[in-house]
Amino acid sequence: MNRLHQLAINDEGFVFDPTTGESFTTNPTGLTILQGLRAQKSPSQIVEDLCADFEVQPEDAERDINDFIDVLRTHKLI
Amino acid sequence: MKKIYEKPVFIKLESGFMNKFGSSPYYARKIRKDIDGVSIDQLVSQFGSPLFVYSEATLRRRYREMFTAFNTRYPHVTFGWSYKTNYLQAICAIMHQEGSIAEVVSEMEYDKARRLGVEGKDIIFNGPFKSPFALQKALSEGAMVNLDHFDEIYDIERVADAWGKPVKIGIRLNMDTGIHPQWSRFGLNLDSGQAMDAVKRIASGGKIAINGLHCHIGTYILDPSAYAREVEKMVCFAYELEDQFGFKIEYLDIGGGFPSKSRLKGMYLPPEVAISPIDDYAERITDALYRHLRPGDFPRLFLESGRWLIDEAGYLITSVVATKRLPDGRRSYVADAGVNLLYTSYWYKYTIELDREIQGVNEPAVIYGPLCMNIDIIDEGSLLPPLDRGTRLIFSPVGAYNVTQWMQFIEYRPNVVLIGDAGQVDVIREKEDLNDIDQRERLPERLKFDTLDTSHAPTGAVR
Ligand SMILES: Cc1ncc(COP(=O)(O)O)c(C=O)c1O
Repeated sequence: MNRLHQLAINDEGFVFDPTTGESFTTNPTGLTILQGLRAQKSPSQIVEDLCADFEVQPEDAERDINDFIDVLRTHKLI
Repeated sequence: MKKIYEKPVFIKLESGFMNKFGSSPYYARKIRKDIDGVSIDQLVSQFGSPLFVYSEATLRRRYREMFTAFNTRYPHVTFGWSYKTNYLQAICAIMHQEGSIAEVVSEMEYDKARRLGVEGKDIIFNGPFKSPFALQKALSEGAMVNLDHFDEIYDIERVADAWGKPVKIGIRLNMDTGIHPQWSRFGLNLDSGQAMDAVKRIASGGKIAINGLHCHIGTYILDPSAYAREVEKMVCFAYELEDQFGFKIEYLDIGGGFPSKSRLKGMYLPPEVAISPIDDYAERITDALYRHLRPGDFPRLFLESGRWLIDEAGYLITSVVATKRLPDGRRSYVADAGVNLLYTSYWYKYTIELDREIQGVNEPAVIYGPLCMNIDIIDEGSLLPPLDRGTRLIFSPVGAYNVTQWMQFIEYRPNVVLIGDAGQVDVIREKEDLNDIDQRERLPERLKFDTLDTSHAPTGAVR
């Protein structure tokens, strides 16, 4: 189950889930990950995206992506 | 140019927290970069993590504040430092330098005070178990012994027999002062007549003279008027003893129990609001004394405050060693200090400060300790920003009871340092090593081995 494509996301990081009516907020790094996941990118591709745009080491980025995916899971979005 | 990295967050918006940039709790956090001017960084790089840190300045300031509160209201006030609250030598030495005598509740604590240089006459000996040997030693060295139960009367009478003269003691009372839980298992109950029965028994023996009364109504007492009720009952009882048996009560020891600014779990109000200033306690207590004491009678007032004096002087620095997402979505951290060091975390919720500014929004997080045990939780839920490995958390107040009740379990106990008035940092208890754990053990000769050889291991049942 991957409902990420159903979400309405704006550039400010406001996320609306039309199925449940819940809204969320994310930050620029979260937005990059979310967009990557929606585009079916693999975690390692998203690591590259983050490292290209932000001042971060791949290892830290990878850890944070894993954690971010866990959070999406707890909200039943993936 | 690359952008500054902030850990990704994804947070559900609840009504009430809708304004992302307002002063929502999602952004509030407490930062502490130093303790008494010594940076957290320097402390950890020099003495390791986890690390207990005590502030001598805070300790002395608290002592003087409390002592002044009582000493300016009543002529004969003496503090007895409650050893069990913290019996590190350096801490006790500061208390004694400030003028406190020692309050001990076991032979071990008694010996500790004596070794530090405290004379027997400056020791109050309480507690439910005093071996005949310990009693004899303490009495012959002039300590103030407070009787805990009926059986102790026989032990003390035996000392009197040996001396051939009466022995002076105090008796410990317990009573209803309107607070719950009522501490009723130590001393003799006043309300039921049990204490009076003991006095009658003591008087009929003729070998013991009662010269003091002791009571400790509990710990973390939020209601100052409980002490007023305690004092009133003690004074009335003292005059009953004087009038009926001729025992002159020379001291009233009202125990400790004054609350530090720690937060009891389940307490709704922040401690700053819930806890009355020490002057309120002093006022109620001395007012009750003046109201009930006979004119010209000023027995010595002993106080055995523990947590109020020391809790805020103690900090624990711990480092984040791992981050983990729990199945229910909460973030959790593993820290290098757990309930092995923070025994009081079962009852108290500490203030947690971070050693650095951290970008990102707060999330509810749980903090686990390093023990491979389910019970090892030092914070069940606080709003924290996303923490990197290596971030240091400063827990406070932790000065009371932790450095005595900590456990030698799974991990070594860390360094304890004291920051002096002039900013000097001294180790007051060294980090343990394997010798501390092993040195009292004896491995029988037949169980020793050089290398592990499992080829002869029995496969059948043990006969
Ligand atoms: C006899 C006695 N005196 C003093 C204390 C110190 O209590 P607190 O730390 O609550 O002041 C205790 C603690 O349990 C105690 O049992």
